[in-house]
Amino acid sequence: MAAPGPSKFKRTVWYVILFVPFFTAICVPLFNRMEPSFYGIPFFYWFQFVLIIVAAIVTGLAYLAKI
Amino acid sequence: MNWAAITVFVILFGLVTVMGFIAARWRAADLNHLHEWGLGGRRFGTIVTWFLLGGDLYTAYTFIAVPALVFGAGAIGFFAVPYTLMLYPFVYVVYPRLWSVARKHGYVTASDFVRGRYGSPLLALLVAITGILATMPYIALQLVGIQVVIAAMGFTGEGWMGDLPLIVAFAILAAYTYTSGLRAPALISVVKDLLIYITVIAAITVIPAQLGGYGHIFAGIAPDKLLLAAPTANNTGAYGAYATLALGSVLALFLYPHCITALLSSSSRGVIKRNMALLPAYSLALALLAFLGYVAVVAHVHDDPAYAVYFKQYGNNFAVPALMLKFFPAWFVGVAFAAVAIGALVPAAIMSIAAANLFTRNIYKEYLVPSATPADEARMAKLLSLVVKLGALAFILFVPTNFAINLQLLGGAWIIQTLPTVVIGLYTRWLHRWALAAGWAAGMALGTWMVVSQQFKPTFPLHLGDWVLPGYSAFYSLLVNFTVAVLLTLAFRALKVSEATDQTSPTDYEHDVA
Repeated sequence: MAAPGPSKFKRTVWYVILFVPFFTAICVPLFNRMEPSFYGIPFFYWFQFVLIIVAAIVTGLAYLAKI
Repeated sequence: MNWAAITVFVILFGLVTVMGFIAARWRAADLNHLHEWGLGGRRFGTIVTWFLLGGDLYTAYTFIAVPALVFGAGAIGFFAVPYTLMLYPFVYVVYPRLWSVARKHGYVTASDFVRGRYGSPLLALLVAITGILATMPYIALQLVGIQVVIAAMGFTGEGWMGDLPLIVAFAILAAYTYTSGLRAPALISVVKDLLIYITVIAAITVIPAQLGGYGHIFAGIAPDKLLLAAPTANNTGAYGAYATLALGSVLALFLYPHCITALLSSSSRGVIKRNMALLPAYSLALALLAFLGYVAVVAHVHDDPAYAVYFKQYGNNFAVPALMLKFFPAWFVGVAFAAVAIGALVPAAIMSIAAANLFTRNIYKEYLVPSATPADEARMAKLLSLVVKLGALAFILFVPTNFAINLQLLGGAWIIQTLPTVVIGLYTRWLHRWALAAGWAAGMALGTWMVVSQQFKPTFPLHLGDWVLPGYSAFYSLLVNFTVAVLLTLAFRALKVSEATDQTSPTDYEHDVA
């Protein structure tokens, strides 16, 4: 039995959204810097930590949207 | 001898041993079928799959090696963070298709799928051999994790006696994997993860506080280690290396047989998708663990004469165990070390099962005994799981550890070469089976050469005109593999070389259970 999938357009939009944190993570020049630091933690480290949470939320929302 | 640690360690180890044998009766079924023994009956729900995949992806070696890399090399070691965060959206989009087609056609391995999709036993054989080759050193490395913590508790006997605890641990592992199949690591992974989370939370709260807090720790790291080396006039520096290491690792991971085994054991597409949203909890733990590498630098464990002998033997891999010995009370060291050792058993079990499934399905039944019954298959796979583990044990006991580490690195460059066949095959059959085989051969040869020519460093300085682009060898060789596959496909199409039949149909890739 094939599951009745979402429309092709909706799926494409969600794939683009899922790709955003993915792409951000390999744009190294974007975050290879010390400032702004957060309580002494350089930007390089806390930014990627936050990005883990963003990627998790985006993936969770895609699931809720039945993609 | 650290008796308090050893006592706690042995109690926890005993607990998971009992669980490993009890697992045979969990969701009881006839274990004389390969999909029951080797895939847990494809019945694991969201929670079991979460623990199983977590136990599978985040191995003891990860917990030792990632902080060790940060400890030694600084920021570049953090590539594990973008790696894990990119992994889940990727798997979310791509791999439910593999689950669906495997469920529909009863495939147990990726090679089964390749056989059905391309009608090519040869291509299936290449994928199976690649999988087995890449998995063997990976199992051996799990043993290194156990070896380090056993030594750290004071078992430093010379020769045979020194290796005895490792041999005992492995014999126990082999026995319950044989009896219970994939159910054993699935059940044990629950304990493993509880211990890992407890240890990580304790480590990142207690230890930094004693060293003056996070800000203080970052301030104690040499500035050139804290950030990646910036590009120069004609060299992309560490930027390209960081990005390709992360990207290449993402593309490679779920091609490993042990990951596919865990994936196919889940009960529905929804289970896989839910897990891709829930598994980043482990990514957070991994990021914090990576940070422990810096904590170890600031704590000066490397200069402590008490640990000098271990650093000499295990190198930077001793950074995290040293940190725990230095800051935790003895009984809690037992908990932490048990977490590492049990964290080695779970993936080692899954890896040996996955390698056994591949050999049984795609070599034994395909080429050696085509008339094998399901019971023959299950018997063969059980025996092979023993052989695979014995091989890994012999490897660790008789070959220098560095050799296993180097081979595991090569394994990454090998397994990624199956991507065009497996992942692109999930979407289209446009690439010709012979072109895929030729691309695979080109990628394997080039990847191996790149890694060996750099004395087993993962990055290769690619020269393009005046530019030097350091990047992950596996990633570069994959690009060549893919290019060869595309060009030869065009050639074979032009020459009208025959296409074999495709067992699957487009709707199979969206198939789900009611």
